[in-house]
Amino acid sequence: MPAPEQHRIIFKHIDEPGYTNDIGCYLRNGGYEVLKKAVARKPEDIIDEVKKSGLRGRGGAGFPCGVKWGLVDRKSGKPIYLIVNADESEPGTFKDRYIMHQDPHQLIESTMISCFANNVKQAYIYIRGEMPHGARILEKAIAEARVANFVGPNILGTGYSCEIFVHRGAGAYICGEETGLIESLEGKRANPRIKPPYFPAVLGLYQCPTIVNNVETLCHVKYIAEHGGAEYAKIGTPGNTGTRIFCVSGHVQRPGYYEFPAGTITMGQLLNEVCGGPLPGRKFKAVIPGGSSAKILRFGERFKGKRKVGTELVDYDWGVEDVPMDFDSLGMIGTMGGSGGVIVMDDTVNMVEALANINAFYSHESCGQCTPCREGSLWMKKITSRMVHGQARNEDAALLKSVADQIPGRTICAFGEACSWPTQSFIAKFGDEFKQYPETKKTAKPADAVALV
Amino acid sequence: MNLKPETLSKIDEVITHYPTKRSATLPLLHLIQEDVGHLPPDTSEWVAAKLELQPINVLEVITFYPMFRQKPIGRRHIKVCRTLSCALLGGYKTCAAFEKEFHTHLGEVSPDGEVTVDFVECLASCGTAPVVMIDDELHEKVDCAKAKQLSDQIKAEAKKR
Repeated sequence: MPAPEQHRIIFKHIDEPGYTNDIGCYLRNGGYEVLKKAVARKPEDIIDEVKKSGLRGRGGAGFPCGVKWGLVDRKSGKPIYLIVNADESEPGTFKDRYIMHQDPHQLIESTMISCFANNVKQAYIYIRGEMPHGARILEKAIAEARVANFVGPNILGTGYSCEIFVHRGAGAYICGEETGLIESLEGKRANPRIKPPYFPAVLGLYQCPTIVNNVETLCHVKYIAEHGGAEYAKIGTPGNTGTRIFCVSGHVQRPGYYEFPAGTITMGQLLNEVCGGPLPGRKFKAVIPGGSSAKILRFGERFKGKRKVGTELVDYDWGVEDVPMDFDSLGMIGTMGGSGGVIVMDDTVNMVEALANINAFYSHESCGQCTPCREGSLWMKKITSRMVHGQARNEDAALLKSVADQIPGRTICAFGEACSWPTQSFIAKFGDEFKQYPETKKTAKPADAVALV
Repeated sequence: MNLKPETLSKIDEVITHYPTKRSATLPLLHLIQEDVGHLPPDTSEWVAAKLELQPINVLEVITFYPMFRQKPIGRRHIKVCRTLSCALLGGYKTCAAFEKEFHTHLGEVSPDGEVTVDFVECLASCGTAPVVMIDDELHEKVDCAKAKQLSDQIKAEAKKR
C-alpha cells in the first residue's frame, strides 16, 4: 500500500519559499484571524472544542490536552499561568525548532487563544538555552504582536489583557519535565517536584494553577479554534486525532520532518517510501520510534495480539514495518509514540555502542535528586562505556538489566523510566549482541566505522 | 562586577518580567555571561544582592546548568553534538577534526586562545546531523570536510584581528 499524502496543518508554511517570520507575512497569510474570532467567543466554548477534538499532547506523554485544561483549579482565586514548553531536547526530536524559527507568529497566536480560553493573564515561553536565535525571533514576534494589539493590555479592545515573556533555559534536558521546568522558571535547579501534591494544574508556577503545553500542541489548538473540535477529530484515527509530525533521523536516505494524519502511516511506509529507505548497500536493523527513551524495535521481530477496531476485537500480526505510527499502536507493541522522534539504525551499528551513547546522555542529564536514577544512570553509562573502551564481560548484559530494573517506579519523575527503558529494551531485543560483544571486539573494525561513544 | 551599561539596563528590565525576583536568576546569569564571556567568581554574590537571595541560591543554579561556565573559554565556542543521531552520522569524527585543526582537546582553550571545542548533548536538529554550534550559529551536516572549512574561516577571521 502506498504511503498517504502529507497533510500539513502545523508545518503548512515551513520551508515555503518566500515565507518569512515577520508579522506582515503572517497577516498576509490570514494570521491572527482566529484570535480575532476567539476573543469574541466564550472561553468555555474554546475549551469544549479542545475537549471534543481529542487532541493529545505532542511533547512525549500524549496526555489529552482537554483533560489537562479541565484539571486546572479555577476556584482558588489565584492567577492561572500558561507555560509554553519549548525546551525541545528529547534526542531525535526537532519539530518545535522549525515552528519557532520559521513561523513564530503561529505559536504566539495559538498561545494567546489558549490563554484567553483559560483566563490566563501571564504566559511564559520556556525555550531551551541552545536556541538563542529562536529566543530572539520569538521576542521580536511578541513585540510585533504587541504593537498590533494581539498581545498586551486590552487585546483588540475586549478588555482582556495578557503578556507573554520568553524565558531561556541553560542546557538541562530535565527542564522539559513540566515540574522541573517550573522550578527552573522560578530561578532554581530544575529538580522535578513530587506529585501529589504538586500537580501543576493546582500547585504549579509560584504555587498557582499552571498549564504547561508543548509548542506543537498549542499550534493544534489554533487549528481547533478555527475549524472546531469535531472537524479536527475527523483527521487521523479515533483516539489519535489530528496530524502527527515525525522527525526522522539516523540511517535513512531522506531524514527530516513529515506531517501526516495520525495513525494513517505505518513505520514501513514512513521509512521506506517517505524517507527513501536505507542507505545504499545497507539494511535497517533497529528503530527507536518516539525519542531516545522510547523502547527500541528490532527489524524482523513480530508483534501479535488482539486490538480494538471500532467495537470489535481483531487479531493483529505485525512486523516492525506494519505498525501504524500512532500512540495506541506503538503502546500496544511495548514502546511509545512519545515526541515523534524516529531514530533509525542500520546493520553497520553495534547495539552495545548505540546503547553506550544513549546511556551517556541520560547519565549527563539526570538531575540527581533521586538516588536510583542518579546512580543507576551513571552505572549504566559506566558499564556500557567500559564494554566499548575497556574489557567486556559475558555477565554485563545481566548486570545492566539488574541496574535498569531497579530504577523505574522509584523516582520522583518519569526520567527514571526514560533512562532505564533503553537499557531494558536493547538487552531484551539484542541480548545476543551483548553476549557476543567480548568476541565481537576481537575482530578489527572496518576503517570507516563510526564511533558512537 | 564590571558590566556594560546596556547589560545593566537589560538586567533591570528583565527582573520586571516576573512576580518574584528569584525567577530572574537564569536571565541574569545569561546576560552576565554574554557580557563577560564567563561567570566570574563574584557572580553569585552580585546576583544574590540584586535579587535579594543568598549567594548559595545562585551558585547552585550556576553549577546545575551545563551552559553556565565559571572559567574563560576561547574566543569562539565550538559545540559539537554528541548524541545518538549525530553520532550515527559521524559526530565523533567531526569533533576530532575540530580538535585537530586547533591542536586542542575537549573542554580546553586552544593554544592560540582562539577556540574551545566541547561536546554537548542533543541540539534538536537531528535531521541535519551531524550538527555543530559555533557561538550562536547552528551549522548543519558538518562532516570532516565542512569542519575543516569552518575552521579555516575561524582562522582567517582571527588573522584579520
